[in-house]
Amino acid sequence: MSAIASMGRRRNRQGRSKAGWNILGLLVFLVAGFPVYWMINTAFKPAKDAIDPDPSLLPTGVTLSNFDRALEIADFWGPVGRSLIVSLTVVVIGIVVGLLAALAISRFAFRGRKIVIVGILAVQMVPLVAMIIPVFLLLNDLGQYDKLSGLILTYLTFILPFTVWTLRGFIVNIPKELEEAAMVDGCSRTGAFVRVVFPLLAPGLVATSVYGFIQAWNEYLYALMLLSQEKQTATVWLGNFTTKHGTEYAPMMAGATMMAVPIVVLFLLVQRKMAAGLTAGAVKG
Amino acid sequence: MSAADTTTPAKVPTPRQAPPPDVPDRPRRERTGGGAGTPWLLLAPCLLILVLVMGYPLVRLVTLSFQKFGQSQLWGFQPAESVGFDNFTNVLGDSEFWQVVIRTVVFAAGCVIFTMVAGMLIALLLQKVSGWVKTLVNIALVASWGMPIIVATTVFKWLFDADYGVLNAVLSKLPGVDLIGHNWFASGPQGLAVIMLLVVWGAVPFVVITLSAGLTQVPKELEEAARLDGSGAFSVFRYVTLPILKPIIVMLTTLSVIWDMGVFPQVFVMRNGHPEQEFQILTTYSYDRAFVVNDYGQGSAIALITVMLLLGVVAVYMRQMLKIGEVE
Repeated sequence: MSAIASMGRRRNRQGRSKAGWNILGLLVFLVAGFPVYWMINTAFKPAKDAIDPDPSLLPTGVTLSNFDRALEIADFWGPVGRSLIVSLTVVVIGIVVGLLAALAISRFAFRGRKIVIVGILAVQMVPLVAMIIPVFLLLNDLGQYDKLSGLILTYLTFILPFTVWTLRGFIVNIPKELEEAAMVDGCSRTGAFVRVVFPLLAPGLVATSVYGFIQAWNEYLYALMLLSQEKQTATVWLGNFTTKHGTEYAPMMAGATMMAVPIVVLFLLVQRKMAAGLTAGAVKG
Repeated sequence: MSAADTTTPAKVPTPRQAPPPDVPDRPRRERTGGGAGTPWLLLAPCLLILVLVMGYPLVRLVTLSFQKFGQSQLWGFQPAESVGFDNFTNVLGDSEFWQVVIRTVVFAAGCVIFTMVAGMLIALLLQKVSGWVKTLVNIALVASWGMPIIVATTVFKWLFDADYGVLNAVLSKLPGVDLIGHNWFASGPQGLAVIMLLVVWGAVPFVVITLSAGLTQVPKELEEAARLDGSGAFSVFRYVTLPILKPIIVMLTTLSVIWDMGVFPQVFVMRNGHPEQEFQILTTYSYDRAFVVNDYGQGSAIALITVMLLLGVVAVYMRQMLKIGEVE
């Protein structure tokens, strides 16, 4: 609010240059937002307008027929259900296991702590693609190929380091003194955690879970390689629109809209909290 | 507890030759308050899972790259036999591999440079614009940041479609430009430029939002003082703002390098699951060798080389994290 007010005061002085900056800003808005707009625009277009070689940039009419087509091209709810099962399970395991580990590295002083932290950070940096060959062979050996449980296990490779690291960030921001005060007042260490730290940590836990869910939901390569066609997940489902005969773009954009909108909304809800966590302390120099 | 104590040190992937954590550390029991075993007990499930799903495959990746491992080994008809450095000498002696390496490095460098420069410019611009413009730009940025990569890729495929893509139609309206029916993916460099645009479009929001947060922490007085001393806008940025932002910039750049060297689904989906030779980058090349040619040994060797290439960048990232005390 006050920022806007102070801008208002400065407007007279710098009115003209500000207008220039604003035009540039609007240009950035248009370029950054255009793909999203075009996806939604195409999704609601009548099929014949979608394959107009000279497409109108503004909406030409609203129809849901592309969504109907998207739903009949290949089973939609099956893949969505599987994606939900996988993502939710991964997040629950990731949060429980990750919280314990995050507590260990943020609240205990012990030998080897730094190595564990550096190790977890390093693990996060290994590109997933580089691991697909041995992971594929591992699941093959374990009899977990083409099983959701196998996919869940492999998703932990990126969800777990992420949850540990992010929760650690949230925990270190809760003053240790609060816990110590509770312990002085007669709480056990566990009691102090449950009554003092946990309520303060809850928003961070929610944000981390949601973000982890989004990451698991969006994963493509492992889902493609480790499950057969019949067990495909939501991201792989989007590939059904491209066949030998070409791509059905309007239904594909309808499918893309159905995939993206819930995820973007979830993302909007937690983005602020996550961005703060990612950059906390980065300017300490 | 003792199981956790004795097994954990070996499982921690140690990037340096740091001394192995000497766990049975009884004398410190009182000081740590919960017993020296407690933290390891808390860490045990996490480390166990990571060793199974990360540690084991990493080791397997290394052993595989020294083996002849094809279809018959996959189905268990023949045991995997060790072939020494054959996979590596074959890969490194292949001129196609070096083309792929150069293409990957150019592609990733382009992605990183454009992402960082565009991100910096937009972050600076956001400081200049009115509140409502800032809100609009932020909404667009967060929406594009939150788009699943696969969705974004299919959308870009549609934007750049040869016959019905909106981009060809709009660009052809410009005088002297005729792109009707132009196929952007007929040539590797052009197609990869489109994919680069897709990567940059997806990566810029994170950079802008992080840099904007950093910019709010640059003391106004410092900039003011520099301006009073007669510095122009550029030198204020160069000598005041930039040095303060340096830790963030180093982190963002290293992260971008790591992410952009690992780009896979964008290329894979854009080329309908079969990237042509001109589109191969290290990740798709390794995938191709393993799952299309069925030479898992050579595929692993390529993946391992990719990881090795990244090690230096990871080291810079880790050093920065240690320096800013994030690890304390």
